[in-house]
Amino acid sequence: MKAIYIMWLREVKRFIRSKSRIVGALGQPILFLVALGYGLGPVFQKAGQGNYLEFIAPGIIGMSIIFTAIFNGMQIIWDRQFGFLKETMVAPVSRTSIMFGRTLGGATVAAMQGVLVLLIAIVAGFRPVSVFGLLPAVVAMLLVAFLFSALGIAVASKLKDMQGFQLIMNFLVMPLFFLSGALFPLGDVPAALLWIARFDPLSYGVDALRAFLIGTATFPLALDAAVLVGVSAVFLWLGARFFSEIEV
Amino acid sequence: MTNIIEVQNLTKKFGSAEGEFTAVKDVSFSVGEGEIFAFLGPNGAGKSTTIKMLTTLLHQTSGTILINGSDPRKDSDAVRRSFGIVFQDPSLDDDLTALENLQLHGMLYGVPPATLAARIEELLALVELSGRRNDFIRDFSGGMKRRLEIARGLLHHPKIIFLDEPTLGLDPQTRNHLWSYVQKLNADEGITVFFTTHYMEEADRVAKRIAIIDHGTLIAQGTGGELKAQTGTATLEDAFLKLTGSEIREEAGSSADHLRLRGQLWHGGRR
Repeated sequence: MKAIYIMWLREVKRFIRSKSRIVGALGQPILFLVALGYGLGPVFQKAGQGNYLEFIAPGIIGMSIIFTAIFNGMQIIWDRQFGFLKETMVAPVSRTSIMFGRTLGGATVAAMQGVLVLLIAIVAGFRPVSVFGLLPAVVAMLLVAFLFSALGIAVASKLKDMQGFQLIMNFLVMPLFFLSGALFPLGDVPAALLWIARFDPLSYGVDALRAFLIGTATFPLALDAAVLVGVSAVFLWLGARFFSEIEV
Repeated sequence: MTNIIEVQNLTKKFGSAEGEFTAVKDVSFSVGEGEIFAFLGPNGAGKSTTIKMLTTLLHQTSGTILINGSDPRKDSDAVRRSFGIVFQDPSLDDDLTALENLQLHGMLYGVPPATLAARIEELLALVELSGRRNDFIRDFSGGMKRRLEIARGLLHHPKIIFLDEPTLGLDPQTRNHLWSYVQKLNADEGITVFFTTHYMEEADRVAKRIAIIDHGTLIAQGTGGELKAQTGTATLEDAFLKLTGSEIREEAGSSADHLRLRGQLWHGGRR
């Protein structure tokens, strides 16, 4: 328990202290909100779909969460290169609890980033449908953050250096984001794209966020929750397994 | 004197598609409780692989290891509690302060919170870093990091401390200080010290007993005096060179690098 707590605390402390990382990670969501939200807004409206800013705000929150969570998981590669990983590998605690603590820490950090983006979206003109949706939305953010934090750790445990990072960004993170329905409604897309989106866990995360924040959804909320919890469990198991196989 | 480290017929083979490579071959030695023991050898001789096996980071192919009476393979947590380690490369978290690094270690090792703060202060004083407790590690010099790592390695009252080239890259002043802390700890707390170094003069001065490994095999062990007498040399450096030869060794960073290197040689040879 103590090991889980201290590893969680480490992630949170490091995040809160790295002001440049927080601000840097906010740049992209702001750009997406402004460029797409305001830029494509009129087109979206003319197509009879309503307010685009309202529509993509939950998607952009999902984007900042998946980026932060996976990036945080990838920190294992830095820890391996800078040696800190060894310190935790010879400690008399199970590697599973170290991995779990790191996952929780990464999830907390990514959810915090998600809340920050929500606040920025509100400043930019986004209006959540009801205040009562805010708390469940934060819970959904935590779930999404946990899922991708575990995925990031699972992937990073298999990588020896940062050379694979670009590969992960371009062939894992970007597709997960762009195919999730974060930027477009899944209701009217070609069947093939909808099928792909169905295999993307972020689709369910963004869908749940939309349900709580703007009151519309593609999938039933129970399905969103089931997929997020189920896939999280699989990634957590996979991450714990890969992490325990790391040789330093 | 009882033996706190007992190693018998230790062998480690690394297998790959290209073939097998024996990093450590039938090595046996023991270290008595409270002893200062130097483990020497040229680069790639099997030092790091042996330390990894002693410290639960790697499993042996065959042979037995007992650390403080426990088998690293079966009871890794008991073994891990019984030693502290300073790795060859720094293993501190740069983005945390000195105090936070020590607190993190204390919590991972289950040091009771009631005694943790006092123990931290005691060790910070020992390594003369009390005034820097709230500074970030990224602002520390190499010598300060080493001192802090020694303090951290001792936090949970281990019976053994492993120091893997603890003085590498440090100036003579810092090296001197570092060994005086280590000798003080050995005298005051009776802690067993197991260290590696490339500075023969340090090994001769500090270690009570020395073992030399080369090409994965233990080729000599005894006191500094014994090794010099055995080889008929005046200094330990000469004794070491006489035992291991004076040709330059291929630098191999880790066992994985070693494997890669051998793989390349193999492929290169076939083409």
